[in-house]
Amino acid sequence: MNFDPTYRSQKFRSVGTRPRRPDGIDKVTGRARYGADFNMPGQLVGRILRSPHAHARIVRIDTARAEAVKGVKAIVTASDLPDLTNGNQSLFNILDNCMARSKVLYDGHAVAAVAAIDANAAKQALKLIEVEYEVLPHVVDVDAAMLPDAPLIDKTLFTGGVEPTPETPSNVALRSEFGHGDIESGFAQADIVVERSYRTEQTHQGYIEPHACVASCNSDGTAELWVCTQGHFVFRQTCADLLGLDVSKLRVTSSEIGGGFGGKTHVWVEPVALALSRKAGRPVKLVMSREEVFRASGPTSATSIDVKIGARKDGTITAAAANLRYTNGPYADIWAELGAMTSFACYDLENVKTVGFEVLVNRPKVAAYRAPSAPMAAFAVESTIDELAQELGMDPVEFRIQNAASEGTKSSYGPVYGPIGIGPTLEAAQSHPHVKAPLGPNQGRGMACGFWFNFGGQTCTDLNVNVDGTVTLAVGTVDVGGSRASLSLIAAEELGIAYEDVKAVVADTATLGYNDMTDGSRGTFSSSMATISAARNAIGVMRHRAALQWDIPVEDVTWEDGNAKASGEKYGNLSPLSIKEIAAASGNTGGPIAGHSEMVADGAGVSFATHICDVEVDPETGSTRIVRYTVIQDAGKAVHPAYVEGQYQGGAAQGIGWALNEEYIYGEDGRLQNPGFLDYRIPVCSDLPMIDTQILEIPNPNHPYGVRGVGETSIVPPLAAIANAISNAVGIRMTHIPMSPPRILAALNRERNQ
Amino acid sequence: MVDVKLWAGLVPLADNQQTVTVEAGTVRELLRQLGDRYPGLREPIKNEVAVVMDGTIYRNDWSVELPENAEVFLIRRLAGG
Repeated sequence: MNFDPTYRSQKFRSVGTRPRRPDGIDKVTGRARYGADFNMPGQLVGRILRSPHAHARIVRIDTARAEAVKGVKAIVTASDLPDLTNGNQSLFNILDNCMARSKVLYDGHAVAAVAAIDANAAKQALKLIEVEYEVLPHVVDVDAAMLPDAPLIDKTLFTGGVEPTPETPSNVALRSEFGHGDIESGFAQADIVVERSYRTEQTHQGYIEPHACVASCNSDGTAELWVCTQGHFVFRQTCADLLGLDVSKLRVTSSEIGGGFGGKTHVWVEPVALALSRKAGRPVKLVMSREEVFRASGPTSATSIDVKIGARKDGTITAAAANLRYTNGPYADIWAELGAMTSFACYDLENVKTVGFEVLVNRPKVAAYRAPSAPMAAFAVESTIDELAQELGMDPVEFRIQNAASEGTKSSYGPVYGPIGIGPTLEAAQSHPHVKAPLGPNQGRGMACGFWFNFGGQTCTDLNVNVDGTVTLAVGTVDVGGSRASLSLIAAEELGIAYEDVKAVVADTATLGYNDMTDGSRGTFSSSMATISAARNAIGVMRHRAALQWDIPVEDVTWEDGNAKASGEKYGNLSPLSIKEIAAASGNTGGPIAGHSEMVADGAGVSFATHICDVEVDPETGSTRIVRYTVIQDAGKAVHPAYVEGQYQGGAAQGIGWALNEEYIYGEDGRLQNPGFLDYRIPVCSDLPMIDTQILEIPNPNHPYGVRGVGETSIVPPLAAIANAISNAVGIRMTHIPMSPPRILAALNRERNQ
Repeated sequence: MVDVKLWAGLVPLADNQQTVTVEAGTVRELLRQLGDRYPGLREPIKNEVAVVMDGTIYRNDWSVELPENAEVFLIRRLAGG
């Protein structure tokens, strides 16, 4: 396939407009079908029994009494999900997380599952499953888990990334290091050095729709899975691997998705639902409760971070260092490494060093959460940057501009940057009216920058021209943020037809080639590139069909504004053939008209944002109100600007919740104490002001229209921007997220009592 | 000739070399040569690496040509949300 993704400047007719979303009516009228809205004949209800202990050995499971309950059709434990992972540690971790094998590793870890004819029978059976545990010491705190005498999650784990390999096991799975230069020499050149330690608590993505699926295994070895997911092709592969199914025989259909934010890039209950269905011989619906979502799906890390930054009096940063400790849950991953990579990515630094530590704890397995790991690192770094600017007596925006990375800067994670957008977002902030607006009593202003990588991936798209000239676009990236509208605009633009004449659908795994997940801000970036390619292929077919109709060489047919045109004076009497006319004649010119595309969409380009925030803190209660909030971010090209603004606002809203209230709270017994939205408080509309947005459009050179991913970066700056605003409002540096009313009040009282 | 810089996690698998010089025209050739020279790198090259070329991250497209004097960096293949 020859497709040139290079950016070409052009005038747009459809791209950049704001048409109504194609999924809007269904969603507001309740017709949209989410994970739990699908049903099959003979379907059973699935329920999962979960560990009440943070850490325990499973001595015995007896399901006999539960199996005798009337209406129970199947009970599965780990023995029904044999280890087929063939030494693949990350796949084994997924299997062990879906159903505990020898040990439970966190409160909520699955130990058994039931399929019954109704919920009552399933619940009754759960109560009758006897599990004998040998309770083990547990640890949930990231720093406590690193102590030499901490309870060990995995006694076979020896810290990687250090030479020589330690002789004793620990909860630190991996040490990673990034940077360049000589930080000791850099700090020696500094006139002022600021050094602080920070903590952030564990938060959940808080998607409104819990995980839900319907699984149906047939006796002939085929199976179907209807599921709420960010990546049905990846779910197909993982489930097929874990259950020993042929990939071609497992058909996965993605439902509408009520939010994912990274948490639905991973299987939690789906292999269990398939195992139940396989054993029962009937379809099984499995829907997590909100409590289960909190206890047993994948939140982000809790962190403990030390930052040290030095600068000369002229405002030049001479050295920067950070140690980052991230909880991983009970399975090793690379969350601290991502934090270490992103920490100082906004800055041009001569001497920089970051070290990350992956720490195992008895909490749920950590999953990606929108620009995973970057917000916590940015909170620590941007807070320190702000304090340093104050110590230097410099404007915080000006200080950041002076030290911002630009084209040619060696990034803190290694490579040298190409053209990047941190400078333009800072300059836009500097001239934004928000930074000059007056502040009221008890109010403070803060700002912060953020970075995320963005990426593309494997993508496959089909574009079918129907006989009436309308177009059906089948894509394989799940629409989590409005991509069906954006991709319809792209197809309309390329073909020269109206947006209303394009219908985009998310195809199932049996009807389209493999697609990577919708993650890394890649949905619109990747599938738009594939859509452009598919449309151009369809145009090639239509030019050929027009040539047949006219009986002229195809080389003499061009495509303009949705019409085939015969070029050259000798064809002066030929009227253009519209897409509708070509489609109507297709039955006699070669049959159906389609364009296909399969590709790797790479070259997404890194992304930067700058946020400005005003808060008002009630000195009596410690409660914080967001007074004003502005997001400035580069979109490359905003395909559907309203959706881009929505992504900017959504990231800010989630960041505001994370900064002010959201927090996993564990008891001394290692059990989660607030697994519900009453006690785990996410922001509601009345908590938030209208979040202002400013879209910058600096074209991505690696996309034909200049598009960049926009989904994730907007959650990176809010923790720091709000912390800086609160610190400025109360005159005390806030170093612990969330800055909930009790935490702010305690800080105020400590200050008053000094 | 291209100088390929390795992220710290790969260095022990490449005889502690932080930078490796290879003769390669594409990312695929580059990765193949790295694997041939340092067999310990073959496993991470399968699905744990991304290639940064002049600041742009490539996770899958191993057919990309390496421009003259390109800066090439192997980093960890990233997760996203």
